[in-house]
Amino acid sequence: MGDVSIFLQHLTNGVSLGSLYALIAIGYTMVYGILRLINFAHGDIFMLGVYLTYYGVTYTSLPWWLVFILAPLLTGFIGILLERVAYKPLRGSARITILISAIGASFLLQNLGIVIFGGRPRAFPVPQMLNHVIRLGGVSINVVTFIIPAVTIVLLLGLTYFTTKTKTGLAMRALSKDYETASLMGIDINKIISITFLMGSFLAAIGGILWGSRYPQLMPLMGSMPGLKSFIAAVVGGIGNITGAVVGGFILGLGEIMLVAFLPRLSGYRDAFAFVLLIIILLVKPSGLMGDNVTEKV
Amino acid sequence: MNSPMLKIENLVMRFGGVVACNDFTAEIKEGQIVGLIGPNGAGKTTIFNVVTGVYKPTAGQILFSPNGIEQHQLTGLSPDKIAKLGVCRTFQNIRLFGELTVLENVFIGNHLRVKSDVFSTVLRLPHYVAEEKRLYEKSLYLLEKIGLQDTKDEKASSLPYGMQRRLEIARALATDPRLLLLDEPAAGMNPQETRELIEFIREIKDEFDLTIFLIEHHMEVIMEISEKIYVLDHGVLIAQGNPSEIQRNEKVVEAYLGVG
Repeated sequence: MGDVSIFLQHLTNGVSLGSLYALIAIGYTMVYGILRLINFAHGDIFMLGVYLTYYGVTYTSLPWWLVFILAPLLTGFIGILLERVAYKPLRGSARITILISAIGASFLLQNLGIVIFGGRPRAFPVPQMLNHVIRLGGVSINVVTFIIPAVTIVLLLGLTYFTTKTKTGLAMRALSKDYETASLMGIDINKIISITFLMGSFLAAIGGILWGSRYPQLMPLMGSMPGLKSFIAAVVGGIGNITGAVVGGFILGLGEIMLVAFLPRLSGYRDAFAFVLLIIILLVKPSGLMGDNVTEKV
Repeated sequence: MNSPMLKIENLVMRFGGVVACNDFTAEIKEGQIVGLIGPNGAGKTTIFNVVTGVYKPTAGQILFSPNGIEQHQLTGLSPDKIAKLGVCRTFQNIRLFGELTVLENVFIGNHLRVKSDVFSTVLRLPHYVAEEKRLYEKSLYLLEKIGLQDTKDEKASSLPYGMQRRLEIARALATDPRLLLLDEPAAGMNPQETRELIEFIREIKDEFDLTIFLIEHHMEVIMEISEKIYVLDHGVLIAQGNPSEIQRNEKVVEAYLGVG
């Protein structure tokens, strides 16, 4: 009995962490699908989302749930701004140029974070409602552990509906297949790209808030490791594929938690797990678990 | 007097040192079918690309008049803006969205005619739902027109070649064009399919009140349906006129057969 309940506890923890990776990975994969760009600043957008929420809750009199909606929206617009400033002027240049611009944008945001927010860690104001422990059988689990996957599932269903059923979603899928033809059929590319960044950054910020509720320590560099791991999740799942990003996120989250739980001696290698997984995937199936085997046009 | 639907004036398109199109001038009147012919590499597709905004011309201008009154300068506009004004095209090498279904391919053409905003989309307000239904029916109608209503949920890439060509035309029609540019619509078709295509082009021209600009290598297609033909060789206009004039023109024969 004890073993089962402990396993269940690890399982919920893994699912919860996996959901967070999935939410962030979607942003990577959507942007890649449309622009063929790895948006390395995505992890830092995630960080901005957490800080905006922190300031909103701490320094305004708005109710926390309103801040939890407004801050991600604002983060979404920062995402649009990022694309306009760092990527749009370079559209049409070599891919490596835009990639380097993405790395530059990432450093810029991190360092701006240190200057503006200060380097000292801060405590995330977790609402009481999310922060109490319940006991189920022999296990005690924080409520937020359940809320994270629930929110993730709702957002994923919404996203799936959006991409498959709405005209903007259809335009997004068309754009990801053939840029030029899509614009010749009257699709406003800039608008669709902005919407993509808005949605990706919004999801990253929601992921950030949930992350903060679970690991309530804020630092300007906090986006880099979750960002990298979520990027790996997107690659493992097959970059450009939204379902793949979610699957990759769960594999990574569960794998990490289970590694620490069952092989405690390796717990220091927790972060290395993601990179080892990346190396294996790149060796065995470079296009990712759910990625298409793309044949280049001749 | 009404201005012509499309007026191309002294168009020049250079790629580095290569002159793909040099001082090309042409005029298409409303309701005409106009052909553009020439040997491979003559610059025909380049002209289509400039008209639809894929390339910005080095010099010259393109004026488009959807209703004979207002005139729009197309040079410098982005492809989606040009499509919104009412110019749409098909491609020499088919460029459907292969991963999307047949119906979705046509539906995408509707995109630019949608008036609804994000809020009415998300909240599914009544006028949005009505709009969506109307566009869905319009797409189905277009599919019926090309005989593909039964395969509407299949991937576009799974269709046979001739059907893919027709689907491209249907997708272009969904954008409600005034001027339709067809880039080698009969490429790879057998005589029977070619005959059907000629009929089809005539039919859609009448039904949707179109003006058509057409690139084609099948001479029987060009000679049968064009009222006027422009002949291009190495980026230069070498002849223009009606089909019988073109058939008698020595320069045209030379360009095609080489100087003996």
